[in-house]
Amino acid sequence: MLSVTGLTKTFPGARALDGVDFAALPGEVHALIGENGAGKSTLIKVLTGVYQPDEGEIVHDGRPVRFQTPLEAQHAGISTIYQEVNLVPLMSVARNLFLGREPRNRLGLIDFRRMHGEADEALRSLGLRVDVKRPLRTLGVGAQQMVALARAVSVDARVVVMDEPTSSLEPREVRTLFGVIRMLKERDIAVVYVSHRLDELYEVCDKVTVLRDGKLVHTGPIAELDRLRLVSLMLGREMAEVSGEGVTKFTGDHHAGREPVLSASDLTVRHTLHQVSVEVRPGEVVGLGGLLGSGRSETAKAIAGALPPDSGTVVVAGSPVRTGSTPAAIRAGISLLPEDRKAEGIVPGLSVRENIALAALPGLSRFGLVDDARVDKIVDTFMKRLRIKASGPHQKVGELSGGNQQKVLLARWLAMQPKVLLLDEPTRGIDVGAKAEVQGLIDELADEGLGVLLISSDMEELIEGSDRVVVLKDGAVVAELTGDDVTEDRLLHAIAAAPESDAELKTVAPDAAAIVAPASQPVPVSGAVPLDRTSSGGETDHD
Amino acid sequence: MTELALKGAPVDRARLLRLLQDYGVYAGVAVLLLVNIALTPHFLSTENFRTQAVQVAPVLIVALGMALAIGSEGVDLSVGSVMALSTSLLSLYLGYGPWVALIVAMIGGAVVGLANGSLIAFIGVQPIVATLALMVAVRGIALVLLPQLKDVRDSGMSSLGSGDLLGIPYLVLIATALALVVGFIVKRTTFGRQLLAIGDSRPAAQLAGLPVRRVLILVYVIAGVLAAIAGVLATARLQASDPTSLGTLMELSAITAVVVGGTPLSGGRIRIGGTVAGAVLIQLLTATLIKHDLPPSWTQIAQAVVIVLAVYAARERGKR
Repeated sequence: MLSVTGLTKTFPGARALDGVDFAALPGEVHALIGENGAGKSTLIKVLTGVYQPDEGEIVHDGRPVRFQTPLEAQHAGISTIYQEVNLVPLMSVARNLFLGREPRNRLGLIDFRRMHGEADEALRSLGLRVDVKRPLRTLGVGAQQMVALARAVSVDARVVVMDEPTSSLEPREVRTLFGVIRMLKERDIAVVYVSHRLDELYEVCDKVTVLRDGKLVHTGPIAELDRLRLVSLMLGREMAEVSGEGVTKFTGDHHAGREPVLSASDLTVRHTLHQVSVEVRPGEVVGLGGLLGSGRSETAKAIAGALPPDSGTVVVAGSPVRTGSTPAAIRAGISLLPEDRKAEGIVPGLSVRENIALAALPGLSRFGLVDDARVDKIVDTFMKRLRIKASGPHQKVGELSGGNQQKVLLARWLAMQPKVLLLDEPTRGIDVGAKAEVQGLIDELADEGLGVLLISSDMEELIEGSDRVVVLKDGAVVAELTGDDVTEDRLLHAIAAAPESDAELKTVAPDAAAIVAPASQPVPVSGAVPLDRTSSGGETDHD
Repeated sequence: MTELALKGAPVDRARLLRLLQDYGVYAGVAVLLLVNIALTPHFLSTENFRTQAVQVAPVLIVALGMALAIGSEGVDLSVGSVMALSTSLLSLYLGYGPWVALIVAMIGGAVVGLANGSLIAFIGVQPIVATLALMVAVRGIALVLLPQLKDVRDSGMSSLGSGDLLGIPYLVLIATALALVVGFIVKRTTFGRQLLAIGDSRPAAQLAGLPVRRVLILVYVIAGVLAAIAGVLATARLQASDPTSLGTLMELSAITAVVVGGTPLSGGRIRIGGTVAGAVLIQLLTATLIKHDLPPSWTQIAQAVVIVLAVYAARERGKR
């Protein structure tokens, strides 16, 4: 149906795709997986005409094609559902469904009656019953996702590409989605499915293609690949390959205190975190392990007050901290080095000096007047201690290298004399030398008695840097590795472990298929996807 | 030789643009002064300088507040209406003495700023929309308080409007003092530093634990108070309160002064010196064209050209 061979795409400074082959066959659900930066998104964008390939061939329906624009790809029958719903929130559901191809009457005006009728029908066939004249934004996110799905399916799609379609769905909406996917399969439509949730892949996909660093590392039927193997393919780690010699700068052993300096318990954020509990003792580096989207960054943000949790508590050195408030968390001694350094960390237009002093300013001022002498002293101390390479304290931080930007951020927090440091991907995107320096620094800080929570997609960094690793999966803690258990092998096993509720999932699945089968009766519902497991009768097993 | 020239050209152009950004406005003022000295009769008279300075003072004071708002990645469209509110309050409370009236007018400006800031910081309304709403509402309130033009007869007010100290009009002294104070606030206070960080990168400022809401509210309160002061001074100069026309289109003049002065609309940078020069530049430009008996439409076109030039110069910064 749609295949690519030898696809290569280079961006300035990075080769996003390197000779990748990929084929979507009719009636097949093909999973496309890989960690951040593996090239999934780029591949999808090439398939859907957003990017042009530098090398390689796209074959669609037996003919070589070149999609210059997303519109051309759509006309060729390739529909895409993006991670975030990309429809027009203020327009009605029906208008969104028919955007750009509205039915016209003889005067060339939009034939609203026909449009509403057809829209209603299209949504009913997906088991969604909503008033199609309502503005899209009044629907729940799940229902919006279903409208996007209906739009993708209704344009006579031959290939449907889904980019993390379940990231904002409720479990029951996921079931409906899977029902729709099975229906598409029956209609001989090729589905390309991108997701980080392993359980979903095993449930709904037939084939899997794994990308890593822009290269194809595996393709084949998903049934032949066990979870552990899949995870190790994604992360590029052999299960047996447990390194005895360290590659990173970490020494690994710290003398941790007894009482936890940070104890976060039962943090829950809808769709994101489910009762996550983490404890960090002074002088200890605790790693947060897990795949992309497992809730690592969200946990850190919830602790630091940047993501208000629905429930749960954060206690620092024995006293509770008000959750959902960054200033409160900072006052309590929690400092977060955010994952997105450029957007959430540095203030690019301000100088190194201003950036370092930013958080500590109130403490460096008298009656609101900044005490320049004290600022200079602190800036000088940290620039020396962290070996920040800049032309001087007045250089703009935006002009520094990634490693030095990260050091500036570390300096900003160290100037606050924190008790706990939350480091979210502290060495991502910085060069090898600076990486080693930052890692050495983390060690040093832990030795000085700081509690450190370390998030890293770099396995070696996580294993060697941490005294303990808490493993997250789909927003919940699934394992905790301590002492000699902190090995890559154990970590891979913990990440790949199948959910205990696997059996339950299977029994629910047929229901979803029944819902979307044309014969089923849609259940009236307001703004959400109808799915009532108990009342929707007539189970037809489509599997 | 040709190659060298080709290679050199883009570098020179970039440097020229940076120079234009940083010093263009001062150069513009200098050029206009020179042109006027050469061509305009009686330009080099104390009387003329005095007139120009007195006229520019209210615009300049409003522009100072606008610079803060723009530096926080916002804008304050309500300043003109605040001037009208200020003149209404002034004339209503003048019976209690000019000082009381001045304080009441400033409180009025502060309240409007508080409303602006709260809408922006707590409800998350975009600054342009929030202050547009207040711009309409406050002009209405000003007219309700004082439905028509009223003469201001107060010795204090008239000496404020036309008196001087060592030959320098009070208005000019006040504007200069305020520019220095605002410049000091931006450069030396915690508030100023936090304001720039918020304007440059709001998410980073938030994660760094800055009191983002408090700072934003304070920005609009200061802008409101400055506009109220400008309203009082304009009233003193005209010796009349006219809430229907006072301050109309003032927000645009102020934005022009700020932008021409080299403060980027994307926030994170505030140039007080540039803002002062920007206000002076526009004033001189207008005066020059009027003195040479060119129709007002020419003034508008000339202003437009200056704005486009300023935006063109600022464009490169955004790209970097």
